Amino acid sequence: MIPSAFDYAAPSTVEEALGLLAAADAAGDDVKLLAGGQSLLPVMKLRLADPSMVVDLGRVAGLSGVTDDGDSLLIGAMTPHHVVATDPLIARHVPLLAQAAATVADPQVRHRGTFGGALVHADPAGDLPAPVLATGATFMIAGPGGQRTVDAADFFEGYFTTAVAEGEILTAIRVPKYTGWGSHYEKFTRVAQQWSIVAVAAQVRVEGGTIAEARIGLTNMASTPLRATAVEAALAGGAATADAIAAAAAHAAEGTDPASDLNGDAAYRAHLAQVLTKRAVLAAVGL
Amino acid sequence: MASSKTITVEVDGVEYTDDVEPRLLLVQYLRERLGKTGTLIGCDTTNCGACTVHLDGVSVKSCTMLAVQAAGHKVTTIEGMSRDGKLAPLQEAFHQCHALQCGFCTPGMIMQSASLLTENPHPSEAEIRDGLEGNLCRCTGYQNIVAAVKSVADGTVYDDSGVSATADETETAGVK
Repeated sequence: MIPSAFDYAAPSTVEEALGLLAAADAAGDDVKLLAGGQSLLPVMKLRLADPSMVVDLGRVAGLSGVTDDGDSLLIGAMTPHHVVATDPLIARHVPLLAQAAATVADPQVRHRGTFGGALVHADPAGDLPAPVLATGATFMIAGPGGQRTVDAADFFEGYFTTAVAEGEILTAIRVPKYTGWGSHYEKFTRVAQQWSIVAVAAQVRVEGGTIAEARIGLTNMASTPLRATAVEAALAGGAATADAIAAAAAHAAEGTDPASDLNGDAAYRAHLAQVLTKRAVLAAVGL
Repeated sequence: MASSKTITVEVDGVEYTDDVEPRLLLVQYLRERLGKTGTLIGCDTTNCGACTVHLDGVSVKSCTMLAVQAAGHKVTTIEGMSRDGKLAPLQEAFHQCHALQCGFCTPGMIMQSASLLTENPHPSEAEIRDGLEGNLCRCTGYQNIVAAVKSVADGTVYDDSGVSATADETETAGVK
């Protein structure tokens, strides 16, 4: 399968890329940004997308890598999943992201696919949006008017839609450190390399047998990733025991709006969310 | 009409410069422009892994990459794995362990296995199976594929030069 014909540019700086986006927009081009291409190229091959112009970010310097920045880590938007899954800083301070990134697709795709690309693609079944939402990350977006930041809670706007507007580029994601927290990403699929039917991202801080704080993200339980706020509230201040966790996890489907498809109907997903939340939190507290 | 781009890319140790359409996939460039048909197109949808090659030493699916993205990089295909006419250890191990039946998945399996062993030289059986999750074999040959990768990791694959030399002598002796 071959994509429709398109013009191609590979800028070397963010400024040059922004200029290309502005020029393409002015010329009436339907322009797409190419990151790792592991979602964009398949949809272009299927001709579900047929941009007239592709701007490849693969040669822009400074968009890839993980840096320690005090209370947070700065993850470049073009950092491949493979690096997120194996980076020592992420393993130490936000292991949830490493674990989730390691479940994306397969090794070849993780070598090419990027952290920022997957977040901007915002597939409801993608494995990075819910964990990133659960960390309360901040998105750094470059545009014609300069740099702006968007909180994770405001970033995912709808089905495959984020706060990154036409003419803008996601450059980095600032993730707070959760050093010492317990975490787990529990993903349910029927076969290897499948998209999540449902998955749950859990981060918990345990103090002396009590769950002091919990942050829970849900994958594929709505058109956007969700925080399981009712579960978080039920866990906070409660005992870090199997019974208390099971009782809290029963709230996991509250406020969700899962789709029905060939992998399962909405009621099945609502049930899965509760089971997987219990498993994820149990694993996060080490039970 | 989209304009073509000039790319320079190193493939299996040889540098090539070509004009390509931006939409040309890397796998098409390898097969149709360079004649390197050892890299196969299976599903053409990023699932099966038959088109796996190395880009700067790590495995990628060449059906899900544009040729223009490979400009300035080093690509290694299954055709660049042997050295001085001698099969690479993984190729030898696939032969010895009968790790193929129809052979269609084999180039991709070997390229992904090589990438896996670079990242994790001594994988467990479970890690080998996980590492090959992006490669499909429809002859149900996974058991022997895993055995082949394990034999390379464990260093138990035979030295092929010794084996073939012995076989040649035996054949020659038999004819005489």
